[in-house]
Amino acid sequence: MEDEIDKDKLVGRREILGMLGKTGAAIAALLGGGEVAQAVVAQAQASETPAGAVTADPGPVPGYDWTKHKYAFGVDATRCIGCLRCAVAGKLENNVAFDPHHFRTWVERYGTVDGGETLIDSQNDEGNIKAAGRPDNYRFDDRYADANVTKAFFVPKLCNHCTRPACVQVCPTGATYKTEDGAVLIDHEYCIGCRYCIQACPYGARFFNEEKQVTDKCTWCYHRITKGLNPACVEVCPASARIFGDLKAPQSAIKDFIRDNRIQVLRPDTGNGPNVFYIGIDKEVL
Amino acid sequence: MEQLFDVQQYIGWVYPNETVFPWGVLIVVYPYLTGLVAGAFTVSSLYQVFGIERLKPVAHFALLASLCMMLFVPSPLLLHLGHPERAFNAILTPHTTSAMAMFSFAAMFYVFLLAIETWFVFRKYIVEQAQIRTGIMGLAYRVMTLGSYDVSERAMRADRKWIFALAILGIPGAHGLHGYVGFLFGSVKAREWWSSDLMPPIFLFSAIISGTALLNVLYVLSCWFRRVKVDILCLKTMAYSLWGFLMFALLLEGVEIVCLMYRGREGIDMIMQYITGPAYYPFLILQLAIGAGVPILILSFVFWRGITGNALVTAILISSALVMMEVFMMRWNVVIGGQEISKTGKGLLTYAMEYHGKEGVFAAASVLIMPMLLLLVVLRILPPWEDGKASH
Repeated sequence: MEDEIDKDKLVGRREILGMLGKTGAAIAALLGGGEVAQAVVAQAQASETPAGAVTADPGPVPGYDWTKHKYAFGVDATRCIGCLRCAVAGKLENNVAFDPHHFRTWVERYGTVDGGETLIDSQNDEGNIKAAGRPDNYRFDDRYADANVTKAFFVPKLCNHCTRPACVQVCPTGATYKTEDGAVLIDHEYCIGCRYCIQACPYGARFFNEEKQVTDKCTWCYHRITKGLNPACVEVCPASARIFGDLKAPQSAIKDFIRDNRIQVLRPDTGNGPNVFYIGIDKEVL
Repeated sequence: MEQLFDVQQYIGWVYPNETVFPWGVLIVVYPYLTGLVAGAFTVSSLYQVFGIERLKPVAHFALLASLCMMLFVPSPLLLHLGHPERAFNAILTPHTTSAMAMFSFAAMFYVFLLAIETWFVFRKYIVEQAQIRTGIMGLAYRVMTLGSYDVSERAMRADRKWIFALAILGIPGAHGLHGYVGFLFGSVKAREWWSSDLMPPIFLFSAIISGTALLNVLYVLSCWFRRVKVDILCLKTMAYSLWGFLMFALLLEGVEIVCLMYRGREGIDMIMQYITGPAYYPFLILQLAIGAGVPILILSFVFWRGITGNALVTAILISSALVMMEVFMMRWNVVIGGQEISKTGKGLLTYAMEYHGKEGVFAAASVLIMPMLLLLVVLRILPPWEDGKASH
């Protein structure tokens, strides 16, 4: 509940700022300061910028204390419908290249035909790329339309923001690091682009951002969660398959999720200690 | 728009990020070069530390070869980095848990050690040249003396002590350096193909054989160019050590792959499909059979039959060239092979080499050729040849 209240407060504040900005712009226009007015309008628009637009680094959130939070992520694979809106939202929110090889999050499709071997595919599959038609659109093709599917399910994947992350361990400069509130982040101004972390991550969660020549990955939308908002993928999921929250909050969706379910993590044998908790996955899921 | 990345083909199921390979041919060249450094240094140490006089004709040459290659070791890494201008971040603010960051300190230590040892070895010659040469070269030699012109017997005795101490320190230095390269791969638990405790010794022994093989080739070539008779005893001693270390290297590589197969952990089906499929020629044929098996047979035969003269030189030359190929293929099969086997254990990728560009084949070839060109220049400044001085 507290999460919700905070969010409402923040949204309200943003609206007020937007209104103030617009008022300022109107006043400036009335006074005849063309350039000033344009700048103020641009600023006002920026405050309402939809997800995906490139904005300047807003800096740390005032008053945010990362020692007072511990975030975790839940995935209810039984609810995922494979619509891939999460993959698109992650890209829009974080300005990720629109091709199937670069991503903040992805969804895997598991299918068993006639009780045989389980087949797996995702956005990088040629059939799915073709079905999507254009690069900024993701969808799973209908390859199983006429098959006798004996078992099928989707598994959303993302960075596990591990407790003992192998990627952080191997980073030669410390450009990738573990925050106090549980996220694993990358300092793009400090990363040298050696890609050792991509090799070290057993989950395939990292990719190389060729434009910036640094490694990139899911941040749980750190710029959002520190403001009390949900990550973009959680926000857009129409099936509530993605759950996010603060383990240190008196009450949160993720605490309920962990309490009410028998949860699993991916590849526990690696010793990385993942912080994305799953329910409803099968033995093939790695 | 310019294409920023290459997408590799695959079969089965691979993670979406695996279709773009993080490490290419430059990262194959990098451990190859460090291996040659460590191997060449081993030959030099066999003379300096262990007193194998028969290696005297190549001992100083080995040191120079090691130094020239070591100076180029950072170049494949710098070419590979997304931000080479930030490379010093790893040294200025090192992340202590990172093998890569700690490696840069080990490498720096070793470069200094090599440079200092080389200076001591050639000090007498430098002083002589500084006194007789004029012009720009005279100035260069005078700078290289570092102001020390004392070549008295007492000073030379002190120099020899320094050389001995540095050579001893260099053994763990050079070999630790290359064992470390093995650790860089062996410690990556995400890849079954790499994650092995045997990786450091495998890299170490393959380093020793590659450096020894390179010296065999360079020594014979240099004798031809200088129109000097090849010192058969020296060459044969190097071939003996090549043969012995090659046995170890092959044994370790064999044990590693057998253990991997026998353990049969998750994903082993894909690994078997890889070994018998795409890796059949690069791994089984080129690396193990032609690269390691054939040289062992050739060398065993010539030693057994006591063959000498030109036939021996030719046999050693061919074996050494094959061993150099073996080690290159081993690096290739580790670096590229590791990435061709998906982390999912359910898919295989195919690496298509890039030719142009900073991570292409031409860049990688340049990285290997440059140290040889440098060596040609250095040989003119500091001639290491001790022909006919070996005590037989």
